[in-house]
Amino acid sequence: MTGAEIVVRCLQAEGVAYVFGYPGGAVLNIYDEIYKQDQFKHVLVRHEQAAVHAADAYARATGRVGVALVTSGPGATNAITGIATAYMDSIPLVVLTGQVPTAAIGMDAFQEVDTVGISRPCVKHNFLVKDVRELASTIKKAFYIAATGRPGPVVVDIPKDVTQQSCPFEYPAEIRLRSYNPTYKGHAGQIRRAVQMLLEAKRPMIYTGGGVILGNAAEQVTELARLLGFPVTNTLMGLGGYPAPDPLFLGMLGMHGTFEANMAMQHCDVLLAVGARFDDRVIGNPKHFAKEARRIIHVDVDPSSISKRVKVDVPIVGDVAQVLDEITRLLKSGAERPDPAALKAWWAQIELWRAQDCLKYERSETVIKPQYVIEKLYEVTEGDAYVTSDVGQHQMWTAQYYPFKKPRRWINSGGLGTMGVGLPYAMGVQLAFPEAKVVCVTGEGSIQMNIQELSTCQQEKLPIKIVLLNNRYLGMVRQWQEFFYEERYAESYIDALPDFVKLAEAYGHVGMTIERPEDVEPALREAFGKYKDRLVFMNFVTDPRENVYPMIPAGKGLSEMILV
Amino acid sequence: MRHIISLLMENEAGALSRVAGLFSARGYNIESLTVAPTEDPTLSRMTIVTRGSDDVIEQITKQLNKLIDVVKVQDLTEGDHIERELMLVKVRASGEHREEMKRMSDIFRGRIIDVTDKTYTIELTGTVSKLNAFLDALDSDVILEVVRTGASGIGRGERIMRV
Repeated sequence: MTGAEIVVRCLQAEGVAYVFGYPGGAVLNIYDEIYKQDQFKHVLVRHEQAAVHAADAYARATGRVGVALVTSGPGATNAITGIATAYMDSIPLVVLTGQVPTAAIGMDAFQEVDTVGISRPCVKHNFLVKDVRELASTIKKAFYIAATGRPGPVVVDIPKDVTQQSCPFEYPAEIRLRSYNPTYKGHAGQIRRAVQMLLEAKRPMIYTGGGVILGNAAEQVTELARLLGFPVTNTLMGLGGYPAPDPLFLGMLGMHGTFEANMAMQHCDVLLAVGARFDDRVIGNPKHFAKEARRIIHVDVDPSSISKRVKVDVPIVGDVAQVLDEITRLLKSGAERPDPAALKAWWAQIELWRAQDCLKYERSETVIKPQYVIEKLYEVTEGDAYVTSDVGQHQMWTAQYYPFKKPRRWINSGGLGTMGVGLPYAMGVQLAFPEAKVVCVTGEGSIQMNIQELSTCQQEKLPIKIVLLNNRYLGMVRQWQEFFYEERYAESYIDALPDFVKLAEAYGHVGMTIERPEDVEPALREAFGKYKDRLVFMNFVTDPRENVYPMIPAGKGLSEMILV
Repeated sequence: MRHIISLLMENEAGALSRVAGLFSARGYNIESLTVAPTEDPTLSRMTIVTRGSDDVIEQITKQLNKLIDVVKVQDLTEGDHIERELMLVKVRASGEHREEMKRMSDIFRGRIIDVTDKTYTIELTGTVSKLNAFLDALDSDVILEVVRTGASGIGRGERIMRV
């Protein structure tokens, strides 16, 4: 069997449903084999970056490994942004890249680039396959490494001659690597210490991140929080890890988190951190965070995430769902509960913070407020859509005003903050769930970074709803310039925007421009009603001066928020 | 604090660049790094000398462990250990220097392994500080060339690192 055929058979054996890709010289043999089969579908994107983003979103929404296939050289370099995006958010991907023939490697051949070298800092692992006999086992390893432990992207670089050579095909049923053995079961002694600490808490707080989503532990978080009556906050990546409309939920924390979440985080005495990593956008300045004494329990599958920015008292390395199950089991087996009077006083304090109503904003009858669009989107979709976003103000407003009830519904680039992910993310999600409502909330800056994918959407007939919050500015940049650069708006005004309606129509979609607040809801209803089977590009012309509040300026602490 | 970190890793192409890349990407410093295959040809043993606070060293060992190719990591400085470095020094050995160089080499238990009319090449093994002391003891103008391997380390006694 040829290497090309082996690649295809491996993907079939892994149960891959979609391969997102773009052909080119080095991968022609593989594409020829894809042509001859129909077990998985290949989705032809218009730029390799979008292939990786779409595969990434497919993985985020389904929990399965996403797969992308690109050619050598520029195919691989175009894929890098997508790979780095997935790496920062720990998304399981296998990216197959073509490479020039082994004899040409190092010769500066046409479309040659050192893909393994270039991708090394932004992959969980990568491989260059130089022998066709190692191809099947390498692909097996790639899927295994991508999906286990702390997930991440794995690149398999395959020279063209390897796809031509032949060998017998055997796909290993399982793989063992002596150098890679993720820890899943939490240390029993540490778990007992954690339980004790939770019981002693007077001002408890549960803080969960993307690890809860990736580790499928939302149910466990919910059960534990409700058992103890503890407040919960989620990071941007962790939204949906706890049902947002629930009273125990304090909203998102961090740079644009709620007042109550940030204050509770700062002033709690026992913090249970689950699948989160105390990053700079979440706790701000670690020195400021450390000013208040608190004991921290940190559960994470990746030991290197623990005590990286913040020293913790009870580290527990393991699968977050398993560890939380064990904590809950131990709590339920005993009658002891945290001091109810202390908890009551703590909640009274939290309610005072909550009464600040930090997400209130000035309503308008004349100009469309971006927050209002998201609120209406929530109503019209009954809070049950898959929502992707790009990066910037619109991303934060969506995180703040669309209360996610379930995990894997909120798909965005948290770690790398990659503008241009929104539309390809929506493609990956819509393909995974053809019947679901899939919305891409975006800005006029971000959408233009991968707008060519409107063409892919047409080819695949994807009924995505694009909600463009068009304020004519790179809004988040503009906001920082207003706050920190004395309103010198350097290169943040986007002049010469295209006519988005015509653009959408040119690609064969439905376009709308909405300029008045009273038209917001009807437009959304029309998009999800009359045009539910079409891609609808809704260009909402919004207030250009609106800012995202609250805001913790970079380098400041959690209790140093700018409120409206 | 100076730490000596030993690691066993899969003897595969690119393994060294993963370690070197990790150190540069995360801003850790490397004082020296040595690597060679072990008695098991599928494994390479690496010794890295680095400096950092306890927090940084903890992160370094965790990050090294996270590399898929790394089989085992040990901070040798956490227990009794031995470290040795090999140095080759080419020195001026003409006229009055010739006898002096021979004597210095003997004092430091070096071996002269190459001789010409004008030069000696001295082989010296020892701890990093011993090699430094030898270089300090020589006039800088007699030193023509210095090659050092960087430290290799091993645990003392029953402390064994293997797969």
